[in-house]
Amino acid sequence: MAEVGITGPARGAVPGRVNWGWQMEKIASPVLFTAGIFIVWEAVVRLFNVPETILPTASATLEALWQYRGVIIENSLATLWTTTLGFAIAIVFGLALGVAIGWHRTVYSAVYPALIAFNSIPKVAVVPVLILWFGLGSLPAIITAFLISFFPIVVNVATGLATVEPELEDVLRALGAKKLMVMMKVGIPRSLPHFFGSLKIAVTLAFIGAVVAETCGASKGLGKLMLDAQSAFQIPVVFAALIVLSALGIVLYGITALVEQRYTGWAFRSQNR
Amino acid sequence: MTTRNSSLALKWPRDAADGTLSAGADAADAFVRMSGVNLTYGGPGGIAAVDDLTLSVRKGEFAAVVGPSGCGKSTLMKLATGLVIPQAGSIEVDGAPVTGPLNIVGMAFQNPSLLPWRQVLGNIMLPLEIVSPHRQRLKRDRAEYVAKAEAILNLVGLEGFGSKFPWQLSGGMQQRCNLCRALIHEPGLLMLDEPFGALDAFTREELWGVIRDLHQAKRFTVILVTHDLREAVYLADRVFVMSSRPGRVLVERQIPFERPRPIDLTFTGEFNDIVHELRGTIAEARADKVAMV
Ligand SMILES: Nc1ncnc2c1ncn2[C@@H]1O[C@H](COP(=O)(O)OP(=O)(O)O)[C@@H](O)[C@H]1O
Ligand SMILES: [Mg+2]
Repeated sequence: MAEVGITGPARGAVPGRVNWGWQMEKIASPVLFTAGIFIVWEAVVRLFNVPETILPTASATLEALWQYRGVIIENSLATLWTTTLGFAIAIVFGLALGVAIGWHRTVYSAVYPALIAFNSIPKVAVVPVLILWFGLGSLPAIITAFLISFFPIVVNVATGLATVEPELEDVLRALGAKKLMVMMKVGIPRSLPHFFGSLKIAVTLAFIGAVVAETCGASKGLGKLMLDAQSAFQIPVVFAALIVLSALGIVLYGITALVEQRYTGWAFRSQNR
Repeated sequence: MTTRNSSLALKWPRDAADGTLSAGADAADAFVRMSGVNLTYGGPGGIAAVDDLTLSVRKGEFAAVVGPSGCGKSTLMKLATGLVIPQAGSIEVDGAPVTGPLNIVGMAFQNPSLLPWRQVLGNIMLPLEIVSPHRQRLKRDRAEYVAKAEAILNLVGLEGFGSKFPWQLSGGMQQRCNLCRALIHEPGLLMLDEPFGALDAFTREELWGVIRDLHQAKRFTVILVTHDLREAVYLADRVFVMSSRPGRVLVERQIPFERPRPIDLTFTGEFNDIVHELRGTIAEARADKVAMV
């Protein structure tokens, strides 16, 4: 790269160059921090003699995690499946509706407040209704995951399209470009960072939605497993499931963040000028 | 609507303009002509942005439009390019009435609005992906077009910057790219809406030189909107002063200085006399407005 002098190693994102010291630090520090949490957890529980029914030790939790790995994996897969399916449907519909709304600035400004209003309804509140309608299968979880992750995608795609600078649009229209052309050349590439940014939020929300729906009543899934373990007073299993939940949450977020970096690197570069 | 503009796709007339820009030329050889144009935003009873606007600009001429802020200068740009259609009056470009967006006008605004995901070369070649016949030829004759884009980059002093991203350029350099993008497809008409307004004084003078030389070399027709009187007098063959809203042309002033004009011209007495004179008419226009309120 020509401008090595400008982009110092601290940025850590210079393409084509890997600074290993920096990479190690990036991985090592969160790992150490997490290990620290577990140690403190273990120490606190032992020191204050907390009963297992309130907070099991870290070691007991990890033990339960290993012992019940079969059921935990099975239910994790179920949750992942409902999350992914709900999320996928949200992407398809979110993109379609987002493009439809963002296409015309007037439609966008008419619909935007309603979208925000819908988005702020706690979707979790409709879970009992969904269960009432669709029974105790995985359908309510899928629908909840969809509903909860749908709006951020719509809002962001529509915003990305509708906020194309009017001047740039004038420049292109004076060249004879029709609306479709303006969208292809400017609107869509421009809204990609918005879109991928919204995926990061949406996937986390979809995951939350799926698990919450499962805890309200489902036949499978981590939420259901936690509910069962709780009523059987197997508290270590509850916490083991919690650990798995957070790990899966990080993985889902990480995957979408990677996809985002991959496709919209320019948006990150142009920000840290 | 798409076919009628083909006549606009004329090659830049090489040095044809020298003799034809005399003050005595009448409206017959007008390239852009507006007469009695009214444009009201927001339907009847809305804000009249321009009213009874009449002006004509000759082929190859460098025209400047000055006027107080909000007087309808940008509206005039949009009218001339067919981006908005007037409620009354007629607009002709190159002898044909304007009924919709023209096909191949080059435009540049104060905000360079380059696409951050494209390198400079990709940015300035954007019009080639839109305007026929370049659009159809671009894939096949790519090397030729790239060479052309690089040539125009050299012309504005951006040699070797083709593979930079916009965020790697200064504001002045971005504005040079903006000019390149407006000119890459060799438009017959170039519309500039306060293109140097956001730049510092030194960069602005540099870019005056850039646009002066481009016009000298290619002799396209230019309409430059500005609120900088010195800019207008330095660059233009003719300056139109607009009234405050609703805008119409108050004064039309021929600028007699020979071309090419050195930047030192702006420090001469004659130059400043004209600037003062125009400044007086604008002050009158503003005073008018105050009196009316
Ligand atoms: N799209 C629009 N809708 C409603 N009013 C507008 C619109 N564009 C411009 N105007 C109004 O028309 C007047 C002239 O605007 P404009 O042509 O942008 O002025 P200038 O470029 O000279 O500052 C202003 O009062 C402005 O508020
Ligand atoms: Mg303006």
